Amino acid sequence: MLRYTLRRLLGAIPTLLLIATLAFAMLHAAPGGPFDSEKQMLPEIQKSIEAQYHLDEPLWRQYLRYLGNLAHGDLGPSFQYRDTSVNELIAQGFPVDLAVGGTAILIALLLGGTIGVFAALHRNSWWDHGLMAAAVLGISVPLFVIAPLLILVFAIGLHWLPPGDWGGISHLLLPAAALAFPYTAYIARLMRGSTLEVLGSRFILTARAKGLPLRTIMLRHALKPALLPLVSFLGPALAGVITGSIVIETTFGLPGIGRYFTTGALNRDYTLVMGITILYGALILGLNLLVDLCYAALDPRVRYAR
Amino acid sequence: MSGSLWSEAWRRLRANRAAIGGGGLLLLIVLAALLLPLLSPYDYYTLDWQHLYLPPGAHGWHLLGTDALGRDLLVRTMWGCRVSLLVGIAASIVSVLIGVLWGTTAGYIGGRTDALLMRAVDVLYSVPFIPFVIVLTVLFGRELLLIFVAIGAVSWLDIARIVRGQTLALKSREFIEAARVAGLRAPAMILRHLVPNLLGIVVIYATLTIPTVILFEAFLSFLGLGVQSPMTSLGSLVAEGAGRMQSFPHLLLVPAVLLAAIIFCFNFLGDGLRDALDPRDR
Repeated sequence: MLRYTLRRLLGAIPTLLLIATLAFAMLHAAPGGPFDSEKQMLPEIQKSIEAQYHLDEPLWRQYLRYLGNLAHGDLGPSFQYRDTSVNELIAQGFPVDLAVGGTAILIALLLGGTIGVFAALHRNSWWDHGLMAAAVLGISVPLFVIAPLLILVFAIGLHWLPPGDWGGISHLLLPAAALAFPYTAYIARLMRGSTLEVLGSRFILTARAKGLPLRTIMLRHALKPALLPLVSFLGPALAGVITGSIVIETTFGLPGIGRYFTTGALNRDYTLVMGITILYGALILGLNLLVDLCYAALDPRVRYAR
Repeated sequence: MSGSLWSEAWRRLRANRAAIGGGGLLLLIVLAALLLPLLSPYDYYTLDWQHLYLPPGAHGWHLLGTDALGRDLLVRTMWGCRVSLLVGIAASIVSVLIGVLWGTTAGYIGGRTDALLMRAVDVLYSVPFIPFVIVLTVLFGRELLLIFVAIGAVSWLDIARIVRGQTLALKSREFIEAARVAGLRAPAMILRHLVPNLLGIVVIYATLTIPTVILFEAFLSFLGLGVQSPMTSLGSLVAEGAGRMQSFPHLLLVPAVLLAAIIFCFNFLGDGLRDALDPRDR
C-alpha cells in the first residue's frame, strides 16, 4: 500500500509538469501581455516593470525560472494584484472554497445517500418514481440557474439567509446548498442502483433467511458494499465542485480563488492563472489518489500489490 | 441480424414512457426553435427603446415580453436554443469521433499502443480542463468554432474508455477472427467491423454527451465567454436574466426553464436508449 502510494505520488509529478507546461505555453502564445494596456505608460517605465517581473527574458528562461520557483512551492508574484504573491492570494481565497465545497459534498453525501437508500427500499412505488424523476431534474438544472433561483427564493423572497458576501455559517449555507444540488441528485441515483444490486445478492438473502430485521441488514451488511460506487464517483464529483465554485463565487460574490480565474486570464495575469490551474491539477490528482486508497480500504477484493 | 437488433431496441424504447416523452418534447423544442423566429415579426438583434422590459403578452406580438434593450424575449430564447443545440450536437460529434477512433485503436491493436493511448487518457483525466477552456476562450476570442472544438476535444475521454472496453470484448469474437484470417488490415477492420458493432453504445453516449456539452457551453456563456452579443445562447440569456431577476424574474425563468427542459429530455432519452440498446443492465 505504501509503495503504491509513493508510486502514484511520483507519477503525479510528470502530470503536473505537463499541466504547468500547457498552461505556460497557452498563456504566452496568446496575444497581449500583462502590462500592455495600462493607461499609457512611458515606454521606459513599462520596460522597467517588465524587467522587474523578468518578462524581458527569453521565454525558455522564464519557463525554467517558473519551474524552479514551482519546485520550491513558490508560485511567483501576481501581475494584477501588485505587491501580492500568488501564494498569498491562494492562501486568502482557498479556505473559502474548501469550506463551501466541503459542506456541499457533505450535504450531497448525506442527503443523496439517504434518498437513494429510501428509493431503493421502496422500489417502484410512487416515492421511488417521484424521487428519481426529481433526481434527473436536479441533474438537468445547471448550477448557474439553481444559484440565482435560490437567492431569489430564500434571500430576496423569504429573507431567511443573506444573498451573498462572506462571514459566518449563514453565508455558507446558500452557496453550499446550490453547489450540492446536482451532486445530491447524482448520488441519489447511484445509491439507489447500488443498493438495489446489493439487496439482490446472495449474502443479503442469507441474512434475510436468518430472520435479521431490515435495519440490521441495511446498516450492518448492505450499506458498506452499496457505498463503493459512491467512492469512485467522488473523484469526478470533487473535480466538478472545483469548477462549480467558479460559478458559485461569481453569483454569491464570495472571496474564493475561482473568481480570480476569469479576470486573471482577461488581464493576462500569467502567474495567477498558472498557479490556480496547477493547484486545481494537484487537487484532482491528490483526491483521485485518496479515492483509490479509500476504495482499497473498503473493498477487500481490491489490493494494490505493486 | 443487425436489423432485428435495432427493431427490437426501437420496440423497447417505445415502451419506455419517460424516454418517448423526453424525445417528443425535444422534437417540439427543436421545431419551435426552427420555426418561431421565422413566424415572429421580430428579430433577435433590433433594439426597441420604446418597449424595454415589457412583461409577457403586454404589447403586440411580444408573447414573452422584451429584455433590457427591447428585444423580443421569445425570439431571443429560440435563437439561444438553436445555438445551444447546435453547439451541443456539433461538439458531441467531434468528441464521439475522437473517442471512438482512440478507443477502437487502443483496444484492437493492444499491447504497447494500447498502454500508451490509455495512459494518455489517464493523464488527461487529471488535467483541470475547465480552467484550460476558460483560458483558451479568453485568450483567443469567442469564436463559436473554437468553442465547438474546445468542448469536443475535452469530452471524448469517457467515450474512449468505454469504446476500448467494448472493443476488447468484441476482439475475441469469431467474426473478427474470421476477418483477420481473411487478411483484413487494422484500419479496415476498425472501420468496417468494429465501429458498426459499437454503434449502439456510441449512440447512447452521444445522447448523454450532448446535454453535458450544452451545459458546458451555457457555463462558458454564463461567465461571459460564450457567443458574442447580439447573438445569444441559453447560457448568456440566463446570465442576463440572473442580473435582473429581482425586478424581472421572467427574464431568468424563460431561458432557465427551457435549458433545464432540453437537458432533462436528453437525459431521459439517453437513459431510455441505454435500457433499449444495452440489455446487459436489465
